[in-house]
Amino acid sequence: MAGITSYGAYVPLWRLKRDEIRPGLAGERAVANFDEDSITLAVAAATDCLRGIDRGTIDGLFFASTTSPYREKQAASIVVAACDLRHDVITADFTNSLRAGTAALRAALDAVKAGSAKRVLVVAADCRTGMPGSDLEANGGDGAAAFIVGDTQVAVSIDDYYCVSSEMLDVWRADDDPYTRTWEDRFVVTQGYLKLVQEAVGGLSKKAELEPKDITKAVFYAPDARRHQEMARGLGFDPKTQVQDSLFEPMGNTGAAFCLMMAVAALEEAKAGDTILLASYGDGSDAFILRVNEEIGRIGGNLGMKGHLASKLPVPDYHTYLRWRGILTTEAVRRPMTEPPSPAAMWREQDRNIHLLGVKCQVCGTTQYPPQRLCTRCRTQDRFDTVRLSDKKAELFTYSKDALAGTMDNPLVIAVINFEGGGRMITMMTDRDLDEVSIGMPLEMSFRKLGTQGGIHNYYWKCKPVRNRG
Amino acid sequence: MRGIKDRVAIAGMGCTKFGELWDKSEEDLMVEACHEALADAGLESKDIQAAWYGTNYTGFTGQMLAHALKLDYIPVTHVENACATATDAFRNAAYAVAAGIYDIVLACGVEKLKDTGYTGLDMTRFLPDGSKVAMTPRVPPPSQFALSAVRYFHTYGLSYDEGKRVLAKIAVKNHHNGTLSPKAHFRREITEEQAINAPILAYPLGLFDCCGVSDGSAAAIITTPEIAAGLRKDKDHVLVKGLGLTVGSRQGTLQDDYDFVHFEENVTAARIAYEDAGITNPREEIDLASVHDCFSITELIIYEDLGFSPRGRGREDVEAGTFELTGKLPVNTDGGLKCFGHPVGASGLRMIYEVYKQLQGKAEGRQLSKADIGLTHNLGGVPGSFSSAVTILGRAA
Repeated sequence: MAGITSYGAYVPLWRLKRDEIRPGLAGERAVANFDEDSITLAVAAATDCLRGIDRGTIDGLFFASTTSPYREKQAASIVVAACDLRHDVITADFTNSLRAGTAALRAALDAVKAGSAKRVLVVAADCRTGMPGSDLEANGGDGAAAFIVGDTQVAVSIDDYYCVSSEMLDVWRADDDPYTRTWEDRFVVTQGYLKLVQEAVGGLSKKAELEPKDITKAVFYAPDARRHQEMARGLGFDPKTQVQDSLFEPMGNTGAAFCLMMAVAALEEAKAGDTILLASYGDGSDAFILRVNEEIGRIGGNLGMKGHLASKLPVPDYHTYLRWRGILTTEAVRRPMTEPPSPAAMWREQDRNIHLLGVKCQVCGTTQYPPQRLCTRCRTQDRFDTVRLSDKKAELFTYSKDALAGTMDNPLVIAVINFEGGGRMITMMTDRDLDEVSIGMPLEMSFRKLGTQGGIHNYYWKCKPVRNRG
Repeated sequence: MRGIKDRVAIAGMGCTKFGELWDKSEEDLMVEACHEALADAGLESKDIQAAWYGTNYTGFTGQMLAHALKLDYIPVTHVENACATATDAFRNAAYAVAAGIYDIVLACGVEKLKDTGYTGLDMTRFLPDGSKVAMTPRVPPPSQFALSAVRYFHTYGLSYDEGKRVLAKIAVKNHHNGTLSPKAHFRREITEEQAINAPILAYPLGLFDCCGVSDGSAAAIITTPEIAAGLRKDKDHVLVKGLGLTVGSRQGTLQDDYDFVHFEENVTAARIAYEDAGITNPREEIDLASVHDCFSITELIIYEDLGFSPRGRGREDVEAGTFELTGKLPVNTDGGLKCFGHPVGASGLRMIYEVYKQLQGKAEGRQLSKADIGLTHNLGGVPGSFSSAVTILGRAA
């Protein structure tokens, strides 16, 4: 039996009221902070999914997104490094389609079934940015979902799937397009979305000999809230009892991650014996049958969808959102441009900067970051144990609020933090509410982008206030 | 082990005006500072046997100084030790004379910062791995010292208002002293309210808690006490009584029990210099001090590190006026980094210049009535990782 052994999700802290985009629109969209992108969202969801799991047991990582920060260069390998997974793992990026998330899920399932991996971490993440003022922008959202697909301790078996491929230009973005384009809505919905999802679900139902009444909960992609309702009726489900909420109200359409995030929300409410239908859309449709067993009770303790949705702060205004996405460029600080970091140095120092590994002296027990050749306290050479700090809680020792540092979250909070179990780091604090910054506040680590220069995305770990559970 | 006490003397000093010297190059600055020093000592550049050139940002190699002064195939060493650069250049020059290798040497510090395009310091410099841009956050200096200010307020139970008031008094004092220094970058009085209410640069530090970033140069002619006595008809040369330099190994950033409210490098550098000079009670024995007030909080912590005030009680001395011109131990009589300005690689020699003038009785409107023993303190780096240099100077007669 193969299927889901753990799940996790990540919704950025920030929400923009749709009313800020176009007066009268209801609900809000989840917005990645200025220092987040699809890779950092993926790391956050993967971390949520990996809670309590030995990271050394993961054999592969599949990353799915329509908004990978690099056009050429694998994102999965960055997520592997940031999650401090083994490096003898299989990796792949699934991109260029709204269906990339379920394509990655299906490929992970096939890999596990074929025996090429025991446990594959699938992460789908997207930052859906539309042309300012467009429906895509208003309906869009940023977020990520993660699943571990394996063949032991399976909590949700993936019993069957059915896929259809379709060639049509309904939603697309050319190599040099800044924003996604769409063809006329009626064409997209009638000939694309409604037809293809129904075809995939119909094909799966026939193959698995299932009727709508056999489904506990139907989870499916939709371009907007209205189409979600329309699809529920078209598939023959009772929208009140059988359909997973579309999350348009609190979050928005997160593209390749969307139906998988809905699936995480459904699994959070699921109980043993439930049958879940999952269907994606994008250049065709993938439909899956998921069956929940007793192992589902083992998964928990993470924020998931429920915790992340409940924990939020408002984006101050639309202007701020435009700045965060780089749509509106403002004078950050009157200084000469800086040059990109050295790829050779980035490669050499990835254990400290991306894996966030510190060391603990085997002689005097001092934990120190970054790693040293000689112990800072007893000077012993090269006798250290490695300590992963990215999953450690920390406490704020002292801080400053820098008005001139030139980042978008002015004033920038610089933090001296002490890790639980020892070790100190000086880093930036992100996702902070200025009023809550105080000595002794509890913190956790978050993988973020420091900046982009010369086509190089420079990632690093910041600290942030511990996200509460709502 | 013999210390440095009374083994070398300063025979002449020079210092340019500090400030935003848009119309001056580093060559102009070096020529002005060094030629003032040479004229003060009654020497010419051909009399210099060796030189030490201190700079952080302004050029490479000793050739910079040799070229400006047209020195004639003598050894010139480039010294760099963060903001403590100039004092380290002075220290190396003094040791060369004390070792008996040379009779007359020059130490010159210079910085031309205002061509960089930065209102503060260019933080993309000084990357240890040779790459031009850091992969990890570069914390600007105001924030580095704000980390200490936040922790100082917390540790000693000062509210934001109380803490800001103490820091404001230090800024007001230095601004007052700056008005009495013709060569200072900033020369105007400020009030405590102005300092407290000024825009915040790095909370809790505001505009008046931060020193100026300036262009400038300062220089000293160092020789033996005997030669100095021969050069100066009034016998008003100044003797080096003690030199202390310590460099941390980043203990404070690596060890999670470092407190951020004291700078161990200062404590150890002062101990070495006091031992050299035979000083056992600095608060009583030192007449004036020129210390590294890159930020107001730095000056407050320095009072405690150097033994001027008991630990955690610098505030009481600030409120009592101990460090004002009329106080028991005047500090930064020329305005300090805050108002005289901070051309990084020149500042240590500017501090020595002020103490030298005070000991000679030539400090004009800010002259102290008693100035026999003076101290300079020059600090480079950030809390947790410093280079700290302390110099004790005394009157020859």
